[in-house]
Amino acid sequence: MTSAILECAVFLLLVIGLAWPLGAYMARVYTGQSKWADRIFGPIERLIYKVCGVQAGAQMNWKQYAGAVLVFNLLGLIVVHVLQRVQLWLPLNPAGLGNVPPEVSWNTAVSFASNTNWQAYGGETTLSHLTQMLALTTQNFVSAATGMAVLVALIRGLTGRLTTDLGNFWVDLTRTTLHILLPLSFILALLLVSQGVVQTFLASVTVPLLEPTTGADGKSIVEQVIALGPAASQVAIKQLGTNGGGFFNVNSAHPFENPNAFANLLEVVSIILIPAALCFTFGRMVGAQKQGVALLVAMLLIFVPLLALTVASENQANPALTALGVDGTMGNWEGKELRFGPTSSAIWAVTTTAASNGSVNAMHDSFMPLGGLGPMWLMQLGEIIFGGTGSGLYGMLVYAFIAVFVAGLMVGRTPEYLGKKIEAFEMKMASLVILLPSAAVLIGTAIACSIPAGTGPLGNPGAHGFSEILYAFSSGSNNNGSAFGGLTVNGMFYTTAIGICMLIGRYWVIVPVLALAGSLAKKKTVPPGAGTLPTHTPLFIALVAGTIILVGALTFIPALALGPIVEHLALR
Amino acid sequence: MLKLTWTALRILIVFTLLTGLLYPLAVTGLAQVAFPTQANGSVVNVAGKPAGSSLIGQGFTADKYLWSRPSATAPFAYNAAASTGSNLGPSNPALADAVKARVATLRKADPTNLAPVPTDLVTTSGSGLDPAISSAAAAFQLHRIAGARHIPAADVEHAITGCTQTPLLGIIGPAHVNVLCVNLALDGKRVQP
Repeated sequence: MTSAILECAVFLLLVIGLAWPLGAYMARVYTGQSKWADRIFGPIERLIYKVCGVQAGAQMNWKQYAGAVLVFNLLGLIVVHVLQRVQLWLPLNPAGLGNVPPEVSWNTAVSFASNTNWQAYGGETTLSHLTQMLALTTQNFVSAATGMAVLVALIRGLTGRLTTDLGNFWVDLTRTTLHILLPLSFILALLLVSQGVVQTFLASVTVPLLEPTTGADGKSIVEQVIALGPAASQVAIKQLGTNGGGFFNVNSAHPFENPNAFANLLEVVSIILIPAALCFTFGRMVGAQKQGVALLVAMLLIFVPLLALTVASENQANPALTALGVDGTMGNWEGKELRFGPTSSAIWAVTTTAASNGSVNAMHDSFMPLGGLGPMWLMQLGEIIFGGTGSGLYGMLVYAFIAVFVAGLMVGRTPEYLGKKIEAFEMKMASLVILLPSAAVLIGTAIACSIPAGTGPLGNPGAHGFSEILYAFSSGSNNNGSAFGGLTVNGMFYTTAIGICMLIGRYWVIVPVLALAGSLAKKKTVPPGAGTLPTHTPLFIALVAGTIILVGALTFIPALALGPIVEHLALR
Repeated sequence: MLKLTWTALRILIVFTLLTGLLYPLAVTGLAQVAFPTQANGSVVNVAGKPAGSSLIGQGFTADKYLWSRPSATAPFAYNAAASTGSNLGPSNPALADAVKARVATLRKADPTNLAPVPTDLVTTSGSGLDPAISSAAAAFQLHRIAGARHIPAADVEHAITGCTQTPLLGIIGPAHVNVLCVNLALDGKRVQP
């Protein structure tokens, strides 16, 4: 247990230690003050604007900004869909993989455009190298950059005075990709290759088996065909951009995506690095670092207890196996790799679901019931405890608005956040942001439970089967992308239903958030008075965390009780 | 609207070229120069010929070899062209049944060994390709291997120790043993990097 606690401490210290300088750098990127980086990337940036006909100084109002986001994402979605449908006839397909069926390809297109990276596809058995690169890697970058751009627009809404200007989406997208995501990914990719993550255009390497085995057809098998590919470049951005879609079917549990404990530490820190750093970026951009720190602390208040719950659960032996003469001291090992073990697997599971990453280094379906509950609830809270790049913090800010509103109701004063009055329109938009994804989770689960197309593909019986469905809709509707993998999701029902949920969870949140930004920008900033609730104090931090837990508990505890909690009580 | 779409399309094309093509090509180029072994699958060689990957496990059933963990890949164990886990839930009777059969197989191969069975040795890994087992799972098999090979237990122990990875910083990840590494050593095959 001591080493588990130490490992958690090392992880959290690394995240915060790296997030601080990165957050400061990103603030300089978004305010145009990153001088040395501008010297390196400036010429490329200007060339991009010239080629694409972007006027870098032109400001957008919220509707123009939202329009640009939606058109750009729709085009990306179409390209990803089409590339999969014709991959057989395109180059860089050394394994000769066929065209992807339309329902899987539509699902994957929505999945990557919306920064979800839900895997209805099978990685090495479904997608060509060209599809992985041109379609998936590109979306990994631009969907992450889209989230960060929307966040920056919201911050400009908070800091702007009596204006409609929220910045320029094309500039924010370009600067995010060029100054932040590309350099970080490049460094991480090379570090990962040095540890054993593959990066080649060969389809596979064939090696002899030391002891030949027999296949299902009775034939002797003397060789092992090992799938390869340009994995490191994709793995780096899939972690940094809270994307999570794997190069291989089993994602970061595959030794070629995650070869040892050091690579695992690099990757798990990368998952949460940018979402954590954006808290510091926010603090700097609004001119009060304590405001960003307050939100980070509120996130940690929810993150750390759920981390403890999951780490403790996975270090418990499964009583059903101990009864069979299996060692009762080693923890739960089904679906886990020796390189990581129960503790590193649990830390990853909590991190990947807190941030809306969704890559996995162990099979969540085989976690102990309460070990699976932590990750599931973190997704259901709306992917705001760190959350996706940008999308996590804009979701968190919405909760901060709700917290000041609730506090305002209690003392009978018009609520303010950073000098902006939070009024009826803001609360309507905030309600949409919270209600729509939650409704998608619960309604989707209810439909799936009541039709054969929903229950037929289950991989496990009983309460755990219900958990599989609940997890799937929680993951899709909140743009996480991890899964209880026993559920077969490449059929018509799940590809369609989860596809719709992913669209709701992403774009029906982005539009209200940008509307909020537009409305806030138009207001004047009122100076703090004697009755103003300060938004950096322990009181406010507790209020925000309490609001999140209250909303999350009221919405989801009944559903969680039917799944993981029943299973936990039965497994004694 | 048309102007907006045209801008969006050009931006998408530029970023597809930059992040979808140039970036992976640049990483591949540098990786192939700086880390050619790792970038191509960490293949180990014996007498100048490939003899497996140090990162990808192989299945073993003979008494004289150290056994790997069970694998959920199809159509045969340790199929490295199609990774997969079992995804069996902790309360699924199918998991208990599978573990029961694996415990019975281990007991049958080494009837005198009555120690509790190390958990990792009877559960499948996430990838189905786990190259390692725990130190406890290696120790559990030590006497069976020594008996089958008619060699002192210390020789087997020596091979195991030589292939053991200790926790990172002494705390992160359990100590584990690379199975292929041990079996190549037991067969007296000298591995070249």
